Amino acid sequence: MKIIVCTKQVPARDSQLRVASSGAWIQEADLSYEINEPDAYALEEGLQLKEKHGGEVVVLCAGPARAAQTIREALAKGADRAIHIAEEDLGAFDPLGAARLLAAALRPESPDLVLTGLQSDDLGYGQTGVILAELLGLPHATIIMQVEKQDGAIRVKRELEDGWFQHVEMPLPALLTIQSGINKLRYATLMGIKKAKNKEIRNVTAASLDAGSAVPSIQLGRVYLPGRSKQTQLFDGPPKEAAAKLVEKLKFEARVI
Amino acid sequence: MNILVVMEQRAVQGPPAWSRMSWETLAAGQQLARELQQPVSAAVLGQGIENLASELTDKKLEHVYAVEHDLLKDYTPDTYTAAVRQLVEKTQAGIVIFPHTYQVRDFLPKLATALGRVAVSDVIAHRIEDGKLVLVRQLFQGKLNVDVRFTGDPPYFASLQAGAYRADHIEAGSAAVEKFTPQLTPSRIQPLDLFREAQRAVDLTAAEIIVSVGRGIKEADNIPIVQKLADVLGAELAASRPICDSGWLPMERQVGSSGQTVAPKMYLAVGISGAIQHLVGMKGSKIIVAINKDANAPIFEVADYGIVGDLFQVVPALVEEIKKAKS
Repeated sequence: MKIIVCTKQVPARDSQLRVASSGAWIQEADLSYEINEPDAYALEEGLQLKEKHGGEVVVLCAGPARAAQTIREALAKGADRAIHIAEEDLGAFDPLGAARLLAAALRPESPDLVLTGLQSDDLGYGQTGVILAELLGLPHATIIMQVEKQDGAIRVKRELEDGWFQHVEMPLPALLTIQSGINKLRYATLMGIKKAKNKEIRNVTAASLDAGSAVPSIQLGRVYLPGRSKQTQLFDGPPKEAAAKLVEKLKFEARVI
Repeated sequence: MNILVVMEQRAVQGPPAWSRMSWETLAAGQQLARELQQPVSAAVLGQGIENLASELTDKKLEHVYAVEHDLLKDYTPDTYTAAVRQLVEKTQAGIVIFPHTYQVRDFLPKLATALGRVAVSDVIAHRIEDGKLVLVRQLFQGKLNVDVRFTGDPPYFASLQAGAYRADHIEAGSAAVEKFTPQLTPSRIQPLDLFREAQRAVDLTAAEIIVSVGRGIKEADNIPIVQKLADVLGAELAASRPICDSGWLPMERQVGSSGQTVAPKMYLAVGISGAIQHLVGMKGSKIIVAINKDANAPIFEVADYGIVGDLFQVVPALVEEIKKAKS
């Protein structure tokens, strides 16, 4: 089974974000980056499916030069090769434009299964996978918690609201968006890291892909800190002092202790 | 630029029933209609939905569309995309809004793509600027907001976050039900059984006080630090999704959209940044206390009291202070 895993590089989870002076995006200078977390689960699912059924796992990533680091880490975990769509300014693409890039790079590969995380931790549209399925004409299912390969088909477990799930079946090739927690993430081994150095990363430029129109149909405006819906009483100072102030409020004002 | 609200129903146990978020979307549709001075209509898709459609006839709406077909009985993205697309083309709707449910997340991007558009997903607010619609959505798991505008031609598609609009603001009126039968072919995707996992052994909804822990706890070995806090308060211990995903606490202790929804007297969020998936499960709590090292963490937007600091120092200090206060 040939599996393509679409991954994205995003600012590390615990980043302290600051709005850039232009107000158009965040200050990127001092940030560290990592693989988008749901994509890490998608990669792990791809690796596990390959281990069970044989085949190949190809990592596909669109992003600036720094994304090469995240791609290397995916190769070190066991992906066989990678395609890096080099694009310094992905922000110029809306979700459809970005998915068109991925689709153009994906089509000649004719994969059996395409996996993505269910959403990105930065923009968080939660749309790239589904758009990609539509562009490629593939059946899809989203927010997947279990994948079972059958003869020419897959059976998956979709997460719904309030603790409900549904089994869904579809023919291959297909596209799935993977939910965090579907599996247990592996760490790269030393051997894996060593091997990754000799694995192929094919670089293609966004311009060289026959991706169709890149004219966005939505446009991001000002980026800003959300307002507070409640008046929060914040306590600071040394931990002991702050804790004492908080407990006093909880006891005498909120009366919950 | 008439407005179309696509309501959601589900037949999980028994006959089709509304997804409650649909009413919030209907209220938002009516609000947009007032602000843009445009008519608003509502649609419901499925099979055997006459009763649901008739519940919309006493609302202030231009049309109520009952989109009926045998192939819409069980949801698939293929059939729902085709049906809504045909309805949008028939009605020439300019703005089409949906509740941001798991189902909508599964087919709305497909629908928008099929029409060469991009849907704005998970919208939390809007305003009208120079007669144009500006939508607000969240970035970075709720740490920042961004304004979004449509730049191309309508139809414009958007899905609205749970709780962003108030369902009790629906205007009464009268509208007739119009039946619409789309042309559909069977989906490649076969929906099978709907199910819930084994019964929950822990009922967090009964707890008066909940101490909930998130990623800030860093590793499984640190869980006893917050367990102590729960113990001294007589509280149940709960967690955000990543903690349960990692197996540090059992899934049944998860609070949020995919876990339990709680509203205790006090909810203490420790090392939880407050992504929307978590907030929807706990923001109804009476008193919310947050301990987090990031002063801009979205959890502070809903907190009544907070300490910005290192939980590994703050929580033990808090345990000592609570012991003193209780003695």
